[in-house]
Amino acid sequence: MAVMEMREALNLALKEEMTRDEKVFILGEEVAEYNGAYKVTKGLLDHFGPKRVIDTPISESGFAGLAVGAAMRGLRPVVEFMSFNFSLVAMDQIISNASKMLYMSGGMYNIPIVFRGPNGAGPRVSSQHSHNMESVYAHFPGIHVMSPSCPADAKGMLKAAIRCNDPVVFLENELNYSMKDEVPEGDNIVPIGKGDIKRAGKDVTIIAWSRMMGLAKQAAEELNKNGVDAELLDPRSLKPLDMPLIAESVKKTGRVVVVEEGHFFSGLGAQIADSIYTNLFDYLDAPIVRVAQSENPMPYAANLEAATLPSVAKILQAVDQVSYRN
Amino acid sequence: MASVKKEKTQSIAREKLVEMFEKMLLIRYFEEASIKAYQQKKIAGFLHTYIGQEAVGVGTLTHKLPQDSVVTTYRCHGLYLALGGSPREGMAELFGKVTGCARGKGGSMHFFSKDHNFLGGHGIVGGQFGIGIGAAFKSNYDEDNAVSFIFFGDGALPQGTFHECMNLAALWDLPAIFICEDNQYGMGTANSRAIANTEIASKAEAYGIKGYTINGMDLQEVHDTMKKVVHETRTTRRPALVHMKTYRYFGHSVSDAGLYRTKEEVEQYKQRDPILAETQYLTENGWMTEEEIKTLQKKVRAVVQDAVDFSDESPEPPVEELTRHVFRDEEIA
Repeated sequence: MAVMEMREALNLALKEEMTRDEKVFILGEEVAEYNGAYKVTKGLLDHFGPKRVIDTPISESGFAGLAVGAAMRGLRPVVEFMSFNFSLVAMDQIISNASKMLYMSGGMYNIPIVFRGPNGAGPRVSSQHSHNMESVYAHFPGIHVMSPSCPADAKGMLKAAIRCNDPVVFLENELNYSMKDEVPEGDNIVPIGKGDIKRAGKDVTIIAWSRMMGLAKQAAEELNKNGVDAELLDPRSLKPLDMPLIAESVKKTGRVVVVEEGHFFSGLGAQIADSIYTNLFDYLDAPIVRVAQSENPMPYAANLEAATLPSVAKILQAVDQVSYRN
Repeated sequence: MASVKKEKTQSIAREKLVEMFEKMLLIRYFEEASIKAYQQKKIAGFLHTYIGQEAVGVGTLTHKLPQDSVVTTYRCHGLYLALGGSPREGMAELFGKVTGCARGKGGSMHFFSKDHNFLGGHGIVGGQFGIGIGAAFKSNYDEDNAVSFIFFGDGALPQGTFHECMNLAALWDLPAIFICEDNQYGMGTANSRAIANTEIASKAEAYGIKGYTINGMDLQEVHDTMKKVVHETRTTRRPALVHMKTYRYFGHSVSDAGLYRTKEEVEQYKQRDPILAETQYLTENGWMTEEEIKTLQKKVRAVVQDAVDFSDESPEPPVEELTRHVFRDEEIA
């Protein structure tokens, strides 16, 4: 197995899928000549040329809409948002157009688009550059939402997203782009809707995705020192959720902590908790505990930024709470 | 009947003109029937009719080739019919029946036809510009020599997407024809209260493309000028902006009482009605007798009545339709 950074794994997925299917093209700000703001598209312009690797002006609504029209006429666009914060400008295209088109056309026009880019807080970029968009996009039927936590998943999930015949919001993370790990060779696909157990355990289930899985892993190591055997579950697809996998884990541990980087109120963790309460109530030994960002915009100051985001300490505290240990 | 006499230009052959005349009649009668059905509560929600604007859609889309795409606003019935969309399926869509062109899930604002690359009626003002330039992008990608017709109202002009997509189309040589159907009101707001410079065609200059102004009440002028515009866009791959001056006789939607304009103004435009004008042209030039016109009117009315009957008799969508077509890959959801 090759060891590579998350950005290289994403790059490889793009390269393989663009080679496999000439209808796939990528467009976005700085994706071509600049080689990508975060170098995810590095070398693609040289390899595929300007017809299929396209620098756009700063026109998120315009180029996201262009992708919808191109998809209706048979192409398979990958739209890079330099940051998912900027997707807010294009939201009408993603929600009113891409996610509704198949339905409101009575099954006539499907929209095979991947909207991808970094989601969540970068370091020290304050209020307008730190949104977590998963709970927003997951709210609307007609879109799949995925978010990888390691290079191998990043590659396999992006390939699945590009092959999907419906819109996919694919949420990466700036702070994870340089994460290095093994990536299986070949045409390895991680299907939409399949979660993964990142660490098997029997005492508590910690559900986390994207960058939060890294914090959950550190927490699990700490817990292990104290004799607590945590199971780490990465849903990978945030919509649809892998409920069979979640059920299996909850039935084993009886205790659940859900960690998300986004805000507490109406966060995706609330939906996950509700799904567990509704379907698995009798298997729970304690109320689910959620770790999420506090109810304030992201501050710039380092101490305040650390205070608002989930942390290893907060996860450990949540595990104590769900285990009645404090 | 006021005089709307026109010089015989003979730029349009008789067969072609009769064909376009019939399409305008179809749209007019279809929309009249839809208003009646709305009053009978067979149609609900919004209903934006195309009455008064028929010459714009018919005179433009007569130049559409099979590979071309068309996208428009929620005022979409007229273009759908101009393209050759089925009156039965159109009316059934308004009735919310499963036999509708969108299986009763789209309704009045969301007509589609894949056979004609009709990429839909769209409900968010300005939301369709991107779709239109995307279709033009695809044409360049696949080198299929198509153009993309993007229809929009004057109310969409102040939206950011208009300017973004004009810029992208001009920047990338996308063969998109931006057609502003200026019926002079964005709902109840006169465009002089919404647009900083109402010389709409002049906006083309800002993007280095050509702008045209056309009397959208005149079928033959629409036909002749659009013939040039479509040919030019098809061959040069440069986008164009067309300002169609037109008028809607009815309100923004059926629930609009129209208190923002005078009866005299509406009457003035009705005197310039394109169907009236072409009726006179056809008879005065001896291309059709009054008897032949009446026969044609009767034939088209029968087509519309058949569409209404078909829609009345069609079943509602079965409940299973509720969760169908959320995703194409249904096994994933």
